[in-house]
Amino acid sequence: MSMRKTLLFFFSVCWSVAVIAESSPDLGEIATVDFLEQGRYDVFPDGEGLPQGSGNATQGEAVYNQHCQTCHGLKGEGGSAEELAGAMHGLTDNPPDKTIGTYWPYATTLFDFIRRSMPLSAPGSLTDDQLYAVTAYLLYINHIIKNEDEISAKTLPRITMPNHEGFINVFDGQE
Amino acid sequence: MHDDEFKPIAEGGLLDRRLFLKKGLTFTSIAWLAPSAMAEAVRSDAMSTPGRALSNYGNPSNHENKVIRWTMGNAAAPVNGVSWTPLHALEGMITPNGLHFERHHNGVPDIDPDSHRLLIHGLVNRALVFKIEDLLRYPMTSRYCFIECGGNSNAGWHAEPMQTEAGYFHGMASCSEWTGVPVKMLFDEAGIKGRAKWVIAEGADASMMSISLPLEKLLDDCLLAFYQNGERIRPENGYPVRLLVPGWEGVLNVKWLRRLRLTNRPVMARNETAKYTELLPNGKAEQFSFVMGVKSLITRPSYGQQLNKPGLYQITGLAWSGHGKIVKVEVSADGGKSWAEAQLQEPVLSRCFTRFRIPWQWEGKKAVLKSRAIDEQGNQQPERHELIQAKGQQGYFHYHAIVSWAIADDGSVSHVYA
Ligand code: HEC
Repeated sequence: MSMRKTLLFFFSVCWSVAVIAESSPDLGEIATVDFLEQGRYDVFPDGEGLPQGSGNATQGEAVYNQHCQTCHGLKGEGGSAEELAGAMHGLTDNPPDKTIGTYWPYATTLFDFIRRSMPLSAPGSLTDDQLYAVTAYLLYINHIIKNEDEISAKTLPRITMPNHEGFINVFDGQE
Repeated sequence: MHDDEFKPIAEGGLLDRRLFLKKGLTFTSIAWLAPSAMAEAVRSDAMSTPGRALSNYGNPSNHENKVIRWTMGNAAAPVNGVSWTPLHALEGMITPNGLHFERHHNGVPDIDPDSHRLLIHGLVNRALVFKIEDLLRYPMTSRYCFIECGGNSNAGWHAEPMQTEAGYFHGMASCSEWTGVPVKMLFDEAGIKGRAKWVIAEGADASMMSISLPLEKLLDDCLLAFYQNGERIRPENGYPVRLLVPGWEGVLNVKWLRRLRLTNRPVMARNETAKYTELLPNGKAEQFSFVMGVKSLITRPSYGQQLNKPGLYQITGLAWSGHGKIVKVEVSADGGKSWAEAQLQEPVLSRCFTRFRIPWQWEGKKAVLKSRAIDEQGNQQPERHELIQAKGQQGYFHYHAIVSWAIADDGSVSHVYA
């Protein structure tokens, strides 16, 4: 870049910054620490966002039977809502069974989704221990963990789901 | 008029698209006015008694009470479900607000705008909280834009052609004028940190629906939308504020928006892993397949409608593409052997419904009508067998193949795979 061009570039950047600042009302308030708590619902595959607490499948079966079974059926099959277990077919069969055991790539997604959305009739009503327990139960009936395995912020992100490698990121592929 | 103007330009009686414009009324009156229309010459009841009084908010005519969304909820939990726009009964390119399609994961929340807050946080210099009344003071912009659910038209994957009205098949797509504030403006105020690449959006409904979007899309053309077709967004469309993500899967247009979090990676929410991913025949699934493909369908004539007698008809329908503008729609009346270019009605806008029309002389014989669209990126709407060849039949989402309507000798219309 020539000196002149550099200067021009410099001024145009300054100018546009000034324009943004001028035309941007800037009416947001700085979020307080308490308010930022609202962001605590996101759970990432590496475990970021998982709370304290723990549970296993035995405890989870009780939670499931009380809070989930009416819609999702006994052991996650045959309810009015999605099948959560009991896949009879693989992903290349016709028709395929897309369940937690055959399709879901991350175990952390279960905790994230159940905490924010389930049980459908009373979302947000389960304690963190209950959430870990029912997550453990769903992993157990999908043959991913054992009955007595303790699920917590430490162990949940370490679980490798059977279909972990099953997804192609076509957005990044396009770039 | 000259006879040669009425020469078909493709098989099955498709006529030059400019004919309607040229011939105007002479032409349409032949097609649409039955002789019995003359009978109404006397002073009718409506002309003899005072009408209804003024109203604060108008409703459609009682005679139009069959023009409705088709709703389908989960049997045990009706708050979870879908409703379809009756595209087959509408005209133009704008969907009336009360007929915009719906997909709710756990019902429509009743949100008081005074207590609603939008939080922008994560990889920003300043985490900011906004009140709705403050956001409404920001400079706004409007755009016409379709929203289409990624699962729209999924019955197209079925082995047998489903017999249902065009809108109740393909109407998880609607088009509105959306008005709001560019997301970029608020992100600039918060100050984007260099590592930010994704944004997690979250709704304030009972499912707290969340999903990840690439930051570059939000900076490019996304809006925080407050108005739909001039009035504040309806509750079922995200009141008081929704995200508008032009051309991309409906699920990304998060309703009842309460939080935008800038991150360096996607959160891998249920709706970007278990759902809204397309399983391919090799057992792998496509993820983050955001853009809605180029698509069109004939809305008139379409399933359930009836051609009363041979003569001149106007075939019309809608075309749209998440990649940009529609540049061409072609129509076939012989099941795809020959094609004629349809008229695109202005305005033709990027990522917006585009209305197409073409005159058609129906001889009273069997015919198969199809439309196919091409967008400005050169994408052409595929035939159904081509789509299935490329993607298999278990993808569920992103069905955008050519739709075929069979006209029987008696003028009835059915859905076929042809
Ligand atoms: C009132 C009925 C009902 C109850 C009770 C219920 N669910 Fe659900 N669940 C649903 C419906 C309906 C869906 C589909 C939600 C959607 O479409 O967004 C669903 C979806 C799910 C999914 C996602 C399935 C998939 O493949 O995407 C999981 C996991 C789940 N529920 C777990 C639970 C758990 C755990 C409980 C108990 C704590 C529970 N649900 C209680 C109705 C219910």
